[in-house]
Amino acid sequence: MLLEWRNKNAFNSILLYLVSTVFISYLSFSLKTGTLHPDVWNALFWIILVFANINGVAKSFLQEGEGKTLYYYMLCSPQVILSGKLIFNIFISLVIAFVGFLSYAMIFGNPVANYLYFITTIILSSIGFAGVLTLVSGIVSRANNSTTLMAILSFPLLLPTLLLTIGISKNAIDGIEASLMNPKLLTLLSIDIIVVATAYMLFPFVWRN
Amino acid sequence: MRKSWWKIIAVILVAYTIIAGFLLEAPRLVILNETIRAMHFHVPMWFGMVIMLTASAIFSIRYLRTGNLKFDIYAVELVNISILFGVLGLATGMVWANFTWGEFWSGDPKQNASAIGMLIYLAYILLRNSIADRQQKAKISSVYNIFAYAALIPLLFILPRLTDSLHPGNGGNPGFNAYELDGRLRMVFYPAVIGWSLLGLWMAELRIRLNFIKSKLNEDL
Repeated sequence: MLLEWRNKNAFNSILLYLVSTVFISYLSFSLKTGTLHPDVWNALFWIILVFANINGVAKSFLQEGEGKTLYYYMLCSPQVILSGKLIFNIFISLVIAFVGFLSYAMIFGNPVANYLYFITTIILSSIGFAGVLTLVSGIVSRANNSTTLMAILSFPLLLPTLLLTIGISKNAIDGIEASLMNPKLLTLLSIDIIVVATAYMLFPFVWRN
Repeated sequence: MRKSWWKIIAVILVAYTIIAGFLLEAPRLVILNETIRAMHFHVPMWFGMVIMLTASAIFSIRYLRTGNLKFDIYAVELVNISILFGVLGLATGMVWANFTWGEFWSGDPKQNASAIGMLIYLAYILLRNSIADRQQKAKISSVYNIFAYAALIPLLFILPRLTDSLHPGNGGNPGFNAYELDGRLRMVFYPAVIGWSLLGLWMAELRIRLNFIKSKLNEDL
């Protein structure tokens, strides 16, 4: 099921979207040097990532035509399909996060003090975003008017992950010591596990039709 | 009469809560003072909401297992009433916060989390309205309901505990801890929780019956 590579075109457009969003926000803040307050830096970074994720990952089910869906349906079980989509989406969302981070750090300057934690946060939150968005996009593909519904359904569900992530990455920027961070990282991990596990349990019901 | 005993209990308990909550003597704590009476109305809303959302998630699971539309109606009406309870909980909380924290909305973690919770379930109602086919609607929205419940639990019960909250009992504020919630408050508070929750279930039950009658009429037409 990892034949998703076919729509490379869409993938590249997401990257361009990401970079141009970073650049637009740079221009609108009209900074001469990288002197954004860490709080603002952090919030802006995650907002850009969330929007890029919604645009990128949301497409996973919406783009499939009727015929292709039927073909997949005959070919393999829902779990396999979900795994394929999920792995691909986690991959996309990781690429979005890292490319985003690189371009963002280049343009806005880089206040991160504790890279290990920052990158762990990025990885965990990518898994969470991809899990939520994959299931929601599966749900939305069954309802008719798609894009608005996608945003409405996924925003509130993304918020717990997002809030936690912003908190942790703020700490990573400030370089707070490890013992204070681990519980939060564990919470983020457990939210990821909950999201992915419920997605696995529920997806067969969305798929079977 | 035998079936309606719990409704009678609900009415009695809520009436008792209103009378006793306003008239009985309440302990005076720092900052809170007399506003502690709001607890009899604000906190039971959240209890009722969580109980009904849990029931709704369970009914959604049962719907997915059996495919019986009855359970889907249970689930959606329970969500409707818990949204009402959530809005009332937010409103009573905001009135109370205006007197103790100085403003209606102060970005408290619990306040934000419950507002997000409301958004999640309003999105559920919207999702239902956007699907025409009855079976499809029931199936998809059940899936979303269960997923939403799984996202709501960390939101309401874990995240606010990680940060300091302005709420009583958090971050060194005087609160309703085991020894602080004294006998006079408990005498009203526990009946209030039970009473409001039963009242909510009763409202949900009425709506469920109304929904059954409507769908029966539609089939006849």
